[in-house]
Amino acid sequence: MYRYDEFDRDFVAERVEQFRGQVGRRLSGELSEEEFRPLRLLNGLYLQLHAYMLRVVIPYGMLSSRQLRMLAQVARRYDRGYGHFTTRQNIQFNWPKLEEVPDLLADLATVEMHAIQGSGNSIRNVTADQFAGVAADEVEDPRVYAEIVRQWSTLHPEFTFLPRKFKIALTGAGHDRAAVRVHDIGLAMVEDAAGEAGFEVIVGGGLGRTPMIGKTIREFLAKRDLLSYLEAILRIYNQFGRRDNKYKARIKILVHELGAEKFTELVEAEWREIKDGTLELPAEEIERIEAYFADPPYETFEADDAGYLAMLAIDGAFRRWATSNLFPHKRPGYAIVNLSLKPLDGVPGDATAAQMEAAADLADRYGFGEIRITHEQNLVLPYVAQRDLHDLWRALDEIGFATPNIGQVTDIISCPGLDFCSLASARSIPVAQRIGRRFRDLDRQFDIGELHINISGCINACGHHHVGHIGLLGVDRKGEEYYQITLGGSADENASLGEIVGPAVSYDAVVDAIEAVIAAYLEHREPDEPFIETYRRLGAEPFKESVYGKESVHDAA
Amino acid sequence: MTLLKGGEIVADEWAAVGDDDPVPAGPAIVSLQRWQGEREELLRRNHPVGVRLASDEASGAPGAPGVIEEISADLDRLGVVVLEFASFTDGRAYSQARLLRERYGFEGEVRAVGNVLRDQYQFMLRCGFDAFEVVDPGKLDGWREAASEIGAWYQPAADRRQSIPALRHAARGRA
Repeated sequence: MYRYDEFDRDFVAERVEQFRGQVGRRLSGELSEEEFRPLRLLNGLYLQLHAYMLRVVIPYGMLSSRQLRMLAQVARRYDRGYGHFTTRQNIQFNWPKLEEVPDLLADLATVEMHAIQGSGNSIRNVTADQFAGVAADEVEDPRVYAEIVRQWSTLHPEFTFLPRKFKIALTGAGHDRAAVRVHDIGLAMVEDAAGEAGFEVIVGGGLGRTPMIGKTIREFLAKRDLLSYLEAILRIYNQFGRRDNKYKARIKILVHELGAEKFTELVEAEWREIKDGTLELPAEEIERIEAYFADPPYETFEADDAGYLAMLAIDGAFRRWATSNLFPHKRPGYAIVNLSLKPLDGVPGDATAAQMEAAADLADRYGFGEIRITHEQNLVLPYVAQRDLHDLWRALDEIGFATPNIGQVTDIISCPGLDFCSLASARSIPVAQRIGRRFRDLDRQFDIGELHINISGCINACGHHHVGHIGLLGVDRKGEEYYQITLGGSADENASLGEIVGPAVSYDAVVDAIEAVIAAYLEHREPDEPFIETYRRLGAEPFKESVYGKESVHDAA
Repeated sequence: MTLLKGGEIVADEWAAVGDDDPVPAGPAIVSLQRWQGEREELLRRNHPVGVRLASDEASGAPGAPGVIEEISADLDRLGVVVLEFASFTDGRAYSQARLLRERYGFEGEVRAVGNVLRDQYQFMLRCGFDAFEVVDPGKLDGWREAASEIGAWYQPAADRRQSIPALRHAARGRA
C-alpha cells in the first residue's frame, strides 16, 4: 500500500499544526463559529446534534493493520470506544471534544492518516473499488490513480472553495463496485483499440435532492493526461458552477443546465490550454506509485485447497458464510473475505475498538496486514488463503463479524439519521434494525438472495437510497417520521435511479411495506433471478400492488 | 483599508475611483465598465490604470469569452487587476488569478479585496495574488505566520514553487 515519504509526512504534520492554531483561535474567540465553520469542515470536523463529529478519511478505503489499531486507540482515547464506517469508505467519531481534536489528529499522523477534506466544499476523499488489485475482472489497479488524484487534490489552492462538495471515484473493473456513475467525477479504467489502458470520464452523477446518472464526456483519456483533464473540469466548475443556491451548486446541475455537449466543449477547450503542461504525468511517476501497490508475497497454489473444500462439504454454517461473504480472488487458492458490520440489532457500519483491534490481528495473521473499507460499510480482508478460511471464520464469529449476509436483505446501508445528525428528518438506524430483525432467519435471507436496501434519514441522501434496489427516504410529516419507498435503483455499471412507488409510509408500517415488496418479488421471480432483474423485467406495478393494494395502483396511474 | 504586500503593510498608492467620480491624477483603479467605456481617455492620462472585476464579471457566462480573456490584450497597459472575494467561501477568484498569471502572463499586481482572511492567504499567494486588502492590520504577525504554515504543496500553481512531485524528482536525481 502507499507509504508516506518525507514530503507527505511534513505536509500532514504542518497541516495538523495549522489546524491546532485554528482551533486555538476558535477557543479564544478570535474566530467566530461562522468563520471557523469552513475551516473545521475542510478538516472533516462537523458540529452535530450532540457533539462534534470528526470524519477521518481513509483514501480509497485502504488501511494497514497498524492504522486500524490506531483508529481503535482513537476510539478509546477520544470517543466512546467505537467508530462508524461510512458509505464513502471513511470512519467517523461521534464524540470528540474540540480542544482534543488537534491531539487526535497528531496521533493519526503517526500512522499516516488525517482528516483533510473530510468535508467542506472541496474535493473529498477519493474512493475506489474495494476489491482493487484482487478482483478477477480488472483492467488495471485503480488505486495507483486514486493515490495520484489524492495527492493532486489535497489542499489544492484553486479548488478548496468550490461551489459545493466534490466527489471522485475510480474503478478498474468491469463490474463497478465504486458507483462511478453517481459521483461528481467517475473514472472507469478501459482499454483503447491498441490495448492501452486509460479512463472513461463520467461527470455530473450524484444523489442528494436531485439524483442524476453521470454523463460520459470522454470515452478514453490517456493516463498521462489524468490530472490536466481533472484540473480542466474543476476549473470550469469552479468558475461557472452555481453559487446562488446550495441545492443547485453541484456539478451535476451545471452539466444538466449547459447540456453535456456544451459542458464537454468547455472542458476540452480549457484542457487544450493546459494539457501538455506541468500536470502531465510522466510514466516514471506512474511506475513509482505502482510499486506501492505491488502484490503481497502470495504463496503459489495450483488449485482450490482440498481442506477448504472438505470443510465446505461438512460444515453447513461455514458453507453459508462462504457462499455469501467470500468473493472470487484473481489468484488460485485465495479468497476475498468480507467482514459484515451488519449484525442483528447492530448499527450498520459501527465497530468497537476491541473489534477493530481483533480485525487488525486477523489481518496480520491471515491477510498480509491489510484491510479495506467498502461503501456498503463493511470490512474486507483482500488476500486470505483458502487453507485459512475455516479458522478465520471461527475467529470472525467470535468478534461478531461473521454474519453471513453480504449483499443480502439485512446488509443494509444506512446513514446515521436522526439519532445523530442535525440535518435528518427521520431515524435510519432503528429502521435498519427492525428490518434486520424481521428478516433474521438466515434461510429466508439466503432464499431472497441479492438485495440492497439503502436508508437515508433526509433528502441529502447519505444512505444512497436512490441507488438501493429498495430505497427508504425519511421524511417529516407534521412531526411524524414517514418513509418514501423507491424501487429499482442500482449503483453499478447499469446504474439506475429508484422510482417512487407510492405515498410515504409511517415508521410503524415501513417494515411491513418492505416485506410486501419482497413478497411480490418472491411471487414473480423466475429461477435464479435476483430482485433487481425481476423489477426491471416487470416494472413497479406488481410491487406497488403488493404494498398499497390494487386500488392504489389505479389511483396512482 | 490596509494593503498587505510582500508580507508588509504598505501605503496604497492607487485611488479607487467610483463610476461617477472624476478620475484623479495618479494611479487609479476603475471598474471594468468604466475601463471598457473610457479606455482611450484613461490611457491618455499617462498615469497607471488598474481594473476592478467583480467575481461574476470576471468569470462571465459559461462559454462566452471570459472577461479575463477579453482584457488579456490590455494587460500590458494595466498596473493592477483587482479580484473580489464576495465571501471567502466564493472561490472563483482563485481560478481567475491563475488565468491572469499562467495563461496571460500578467506581471502587474493581482489584488485580493473583499472578504480576505488569513486562513486563505496561502491559497491566494499560490494562485498568484500578491496584494491583499486586509481589515485588521494589527494582526500582521498572524498573516506572516499563515504565509509559511505549509512548506511544500502537491500541485504546481501560479507561484511557480516546486511542487512535491518536482521536489521528489529532484531528490531522486541527487540520490
